[in-house]
Amino acid sequence: MNTSVNISGVTFKNPVMTASGTFGSGMEYAEFVDLNRLGAVVTKGVASVPWPGNPTPRVAEVYGGMLNAIGLQNPGVDVMIERDLPFLKDFDTKVIVNVCGKSTQDYVDVVDKLADQDGVHMLEINVSCPNVKEGGIAFGQDPKALFEITKEIKNHAKQPIIMKLSPNVTSIAEMAKAAEAAGSDAISLINTITGMKIDIYKKTFAIANKTGGLSGPAIKPVAVRMVYEASHAVKIPVIGMGGIANAEDAIEFMLAGATGVAVGAMNFHDPYTTLNVVEGIERYMREQGISDINDLIGAVD
Amino acid sequence: MSKKKKISAEVISQSSLAEGIMDLRLKTDLAEDAGPGQFIGIYPSNRSTLLPRPISICGYDKTEKTLRIVYRIAGSGTAEFALYRPGDCVDILGILGNGFPVDKASGKKVLIIGGGIGVPPLLGLAKELKENGCAAEISMVMGYRNSETFLSDEFEKYGKLYIATEDGSVGTKGNVIDACRENKIEADVIFSCGPMPMLRGVAAYAKEISAKAYISLEERMACGVGACLGCICKTKNVDDHSHVNNARICTDGPVFDADELEL
Repeated sequence: MNTSVNISGVTFKNPVMTASGTFGSGMEYAEFVDLNRLGAVVTKGVASVPWPGNPTPRVAEVYGGMLNAIGLQNPGVDVMIERDLPFLKDFDTKVIVNVCGKSTQDYVDVVDKLADQDGVHMLEINVSCPNVKEGGIAFGQDPKALFEITKEIKNHAKQPIIMKLSPNVTSIAEMAKAAEAAGSDAISLINTITGMKIDIYKKTFAIANKTGGLSGPAIKPVAVRMVYEASHAVKIPVIGMGGIANAEDAIEFMLAGATGVAVGAMNFHDPYTTLNVVEGIERYMREQGISDINDLIGAVD
Repeated sequence: MSKKKKISAEVISQSSLAEGIMDLRLKTDLAEDAGPGQFIGIYPSNRSTLLPRPISICGYDKTEKTLRIVYRIAGSGTAEFALYRPGDCVDILGILGNGFPVDKASGKKVLIIGGGIGVPPLLGLAKELKENGCAAEISMVMGYRNSETFLSDEFEKYGKLYIATEDGSVGTKGNVIDACRENKIEADVIFSCGPMPMLRGVAAYAKEISAKAYISLEERMACGVGACLGCICKTKNVDDHSHVNNARICTDGPVFDADELEL
């Protein structure tokens, strides 16, 4: 039984990854999950310098999901290179570093610093965070801006790049095509959907940032639809995410066209979710008599 | 310290201590790792909810492997917990957080200050200090809304207890700091848990009487294990983990040296 998938020349032992920002750099969840079992660890977004993030409250629960506006708090790429990458090197899993910035130069600075890091197998470029004022999503909502920044990053990156797309757009297919045309090696989607919650007793916003990104099972049907549309618009591989809680959800994304799948908010619900998804996919393949996981990718057309 | 786990725990008993305040006892191996000021995440079984509710540990028995959780019904999750009966099972995540630094109490005059739903974790602390600590003296000030002074009878076993109530029905009329002043309470070390305005008052009072204050904070949390960065507090110095002036309440805290925080 083959569970391995190939994304832009990188082989993953299975398609199951962690969604950026929900798993730290793996250290916190290594207490619960054997990271060796995962296809990849996708790290929390990292910028060229430390970012303090947004004021609290940064998270709020909503029906079937949660809102967050962390604001990409991160210790900066130098700390990641000194502390987090050596930790991850001890595990037999692929490492995808999520990169964020406020300007094209910010992204390029991080990409340049990571160029010589052999423990980094791919870069995921976050142009879709809804919770930071500059940069981030500004690049992710306009196909021309997305094309330009993708091209520039591609000029610098030594590892294959994955542009992470926002669902807060009119046409996900158009955004996927722009990323592909600029040379992106793969795309991942969806980032969170911009939402809002109001506390009716305090008469205030539940999140200090007023708006936050919606994640969790509530967004899964939107994510599956977008993965389907994006994967049919481009030839590059798609990594699908959005509310994956179990193997059935992950398989649904693969049938819609995803080569890789990532577990996000559900790590907070159950720290063992990634492992359960890995084991559940294997069980499904055995039960269904599927010998190669690649037969699932885009099988529902 | 053992690894954190998400496991199923069995409800042993549940009763109401005051209006909206519940006393829940759970049988779980996690009790062996518990210390005063630490907390667990409790998951509602309602599948429309995702996140564990962070609730402080009021008491623990390591031999019997039981945890005691005293909580306020604050929303739909805790309202569900209040329905649990003996024999029911509930998923919990733990043991979380650092807990109170009881070693700082050695040979010192200790003052424990609690307010509202910040009172319960201090009972476990008072017990630990009395039974296993080396504090020279233990005074306690607990603040409540009214005469429903839950757990006060149990605190009295561990030292001198002063009470403050908002409506003046018991003890000092006013807040916990009013009670500290009225009774001219001296201390070398203060341990405290309660709402943020009270904790600011405690930190200021500690400065006045030249005491060290260790305060337990609360914030909206998602993961509870230090990954999501949802529950941060502002620190005076750049934090070792974040490399900005943010510490994670769930893992670096919930108990902090008040001098290290921007309150």
